[in-house]
Amino acid sequence: MQQFANPARFLKLANAALPFLWSITATLFIVGLYGAVISSPADYQQGETVRIMYVHVPAASLALMIYVAMAVFSAIAIIFRHPLADAAAKAAAPIGAVYCFLALATGSLWGKPMWGTWWVWDARLTSMFVLMLLYLGYMAIWQSIEEPHRAASIARIVAIVGVINVPIVKFSVNWWNTLHQPASIIKMGGPAIAGSMLWPLLTMMAAFGFLFLGLHLVSMRSEIAARKLRQARLMEIGVSDGF
Amino acid sequence: MRALLKRDFALAKSQGGGLGAALGFILSVIVLVPLALGPDQNLLQRIAPGIMWLALLLSVLLTADRMFQQDYEDGSLDIMVMAKIPFELVTFTKAIAHWLIVSLPLAVISPPLGLLLNIDIGQLPILWVAMIIGSLALSMLASIGGAVTAGLRRGGLLVSLLILPLYVPVLIFGIAAGTTNLGPNSSNSALLMLIALTIMSLVVAPWACAAALKAYLR
Repeated sequence: MQQFANPARFLKLANAALPFLWSITATLFIVGLYGAVISSPADYQQGETVRIMYVHVPAASLALMIYVAMAVFSAIAIIFRHPLADAAAKAAAPIGAVYCFLALATGSLWGKPMWGTWWVWDARLTSMFVLMLLYLGYMAIWQSIEEPHRAASIARIVAIVGVINVPIVKFSVNWWNTLHQPASIIKMGGPAIAGSMLWPLLTMMAAFGFLFLGLHLVSMRSEIAARKLRQARLMEIGVSDGF
Repeated sequence: MRALLKRDFALAKSQGGGLGAALGFILSVIVLVPLALGPDQNLLQRIAPGIMWLALLLSVLLTADRMFQQDYEDGSLDIMVMAKIPFELVTFTKAIAHWLIVSLPLAVISPPLGLLLNIDIGQLPILWVAMIIGSLALSMLASIGGAVTAGLRRGGLLVSLLILPLYVPVLIFGIAAGTTNLGPNSSNSALLMLIALTIMSLVVAPWACAAALKAYLR
């Protein structure tokens, strides 16, 4: 890990990895979308609306995973004091927020034909909404504190404190019997979902994952560039900065 | 630690306003609710515990952004961070002081005000217990918000955005605890969850506050 923590080496690696990441993402999306829209059968109860699942489920689980990743980056930043970890956490937040929003929006579109309502205050929906608020709060910290060192150290704490919510979101459907169905992929006794639907779903999940990796690297790259720019400006007026 | 508690009490007394204003806030919420929803006694009885919780939560939130700000601005925090006791203990004491000065009195005083909302008398004792326990968690979580925004000019709105998500579990289990009756044999799992949340906030909040304030003080 440590050897990739050097920003220059990281940039080199990111530049080399990005074309591969993009092609993997594109392939996965083409295969996944083919599976989701064309080859997989319509559900016998839900009809064609079941296809919303192929966007909804990956977006939702990625939104959770990204938050965990953000908290892990923040913990790394606290422990090893490495600014690159802060950049990684900061870059992950907007992508996670968009995934979270996507999950909420598609869930709402799915809920209207299935449950007859756009929104219910059910445990999973509420906790997912809270996750969205956590993302927004985290981003607001970066926005409202100008001095980057200080913003970084405050944002770390916010990210780590907020991670308490993640298990609540993940297990809310198991703990409380709610309208939202419980997990059907990872559970005791194998997945409760037909193979013809499972493989497009998993492919879409991988596609969303790789999309995140690609976007994350690009975003981190621009974050590093922004820091260099800031440092160059400060040098110009004769102030040194820690980065 | 005792000196710090004494100091905070003295400050609160000399400045005044904190508790009185918060109490006034709760009262005005209670007055506004029937005006907004209509004076239907049955409806009011059903929503009264929720309104009481909401009023308590918002009034604690209102006082959160000033919790560390003054000490940060006049430099007291710089001295406290150099003191021999761990800084976590300082933030813990400050949060406890906030609880004793603002949240606890509010939690003790406000449930009877629920009578204005036609609250079910049978629910009152358990609501009382839940609010007193929950108010400690509210103060602890509020201290995180106050610490994170201590150095900001306009931290108030940011505090709400950051802390409200953390208040959600307290609110959910607080309400759930209020709907089950308190009896010698009843197992009130929601109340137990509320206690667990409170204990957890006692552990997490001082650490988070100390880390956040140190970032401002450096």
